[in-house]
Amino acid sequence: MAWTWFHRLGSSPWIYRFSGQLLRYLLPLAIVLVVAGSVWGLAFTPPDFRQGNSYRIIYIHVPVSVVSLAGYYVMAIAGAISLIWRLKVADMAMRVAAPIGAAMTFLALLTGAVWGKPTWGTYWVWDARITSMVVLLFLYLGVFALYEAYDNKALASKACAILSLVGTVNIPIIYKSVDWWYSLHQPASIKFTGGSTIDPSMFYPLLLMIVAVYCLYTCLLLMGLRLTLLETEAKTAWVKKEILGES
Amino acid sequence: MYRSVFGKVLVRQLLLAFRRPAAVLNPLFFYGVVVLLMPLGLGPQQSVLSQFAPGLLWITALLAGLLSAETIFRGDYDDGALEQLLVSGESLYLASLGYVVAHWCLTGLPLALFSPAFGQLLSLPDEGLGTLAVSLALGTLVLSAFGCVGAALTMALRRGGMLLSLLILPLEVPVLILGAGVVERAVNGMPVDSLISILGGLSLLALALTPLAIGSSIKISLEV
Repeated sequence: MAWTWFHRLGSSPWIYRFSGQLLRYLLPLAIVLVVAGSVWGLAFTPPDFRQGNSYRIIYIHVPVSVVSLAGYYVMAIAGAISLIWRLKVADMAMRVAAPIGAAMTFLALLTGAVWGKPTWGTYWVWDARITSMVVLLFLYLGVFALYEAYDNKALASKACAILSLVGTVNIPIIYKSVDWWYSLHQPASIKFTGGSTIDPSMFYPLLLMIVAVYCLYTCLLLMGLRLTLLETEAKTAWVKKEILGES
Repeated sequence: MYRSVFGKVLVRQLLLAFRRPAAVLNPLFFYGVVVLLMPLGLGPQQSVLSQFAPGLLWITALLAGLLSAETIFRGDYDDGALEQLLVSGESLYLASLGYVVAHWCLTGLPLALFSPAFGQLLSLPDEGLGTLAVSLALGTLVLSAFGCVGAALTMALRRGGMLLSLLILPLEVPVLILGAGVVERAVNGMPVDSLISILGGLSLLALALTPLAIGSSIKISLEV
């Protein structure tokens, strides 16, 4: 019993069925959490005394930002697993994680820009964290573009795994350097609403939304994984059995 | 050193380059042409140019490193030299290090040596010229290292040029920030030792770690 679960990870039909069962519970949970968190955050929390209602975009902005950062590590760890143990599933997870992560990062930048207009008076500021997020977006896009550029997809996955690992080592250095760059060039015209800690009445819905977006991310990852499994193994017997029914 | 695969690759790459001297001068010509474009685009006022000079000179160095990176492995990939290297059983890590250092000797080092002259052209104050050369000499090592990673990942692709820039420029952000920042500090008369040390540390880190990625990428591109 001890190690048998590990071997199952090499079996595509098992993963397809297991992820299907997982999704059966996780997807409704994610939808309920997203709806509950959004309604709680958007309708039932007090308005901010300085920003009024415009701050409520925090309930989208912060969760997608958090998940987009975590998503890069998901991608890199999956890439490392596929390089070391040649696990097909890890390889597919890495491929699927790139576009989802890029989308999350883009959403974080977009909601940040929308939030910036009423708060800072401008859509875009070259702030340290925004700049880091733009770099992150390009790191995601690089992995995605490298994968698309190869005709031989087996090579593409390995190359992407290496690239995402190089990126992972670099991310802390990039963040530190961008922080330092910002403190060197800090403009005086923009005042951030820093210093105030967040009130519990606003914090709990935010926490709920973070959990909800993590669930949503996992669901998207699993759904993408299942689709990739079906596509790559379209000619095998178990796929025909899954899709065309029991026969 | 000359007996190890590192020395052999380094000497071979340098020899190959110096047999065609025009190729050695190309990065410098590129640098000169881009520097020429700056006053044309920004206007000839010395105050404007000297204000932007640190950043402009560093961005140009990034682009020069990027453009020359594409061809690092091209010839050796096409004529099978890389495959011979692989079957020779020599350390891929040391060979990759040789490629990185050779690329630096052919692009980064000449740029660093001539950068005070280019700095003069963009009216960079005299206090910044020495720091510019030192920061470029150290920082371009990192650029060569990442350039080799990108080149090793894309050498099997026919149209890798634009892709290469998307792959490696985001990774080079720290070098640009530190390099341009340290020159700016030197111009303003602030101490630069600590930042030069950080740049040196980054280049050592890059030299130590990127050959691992380059070696694996060579194997992947050769489909072994």
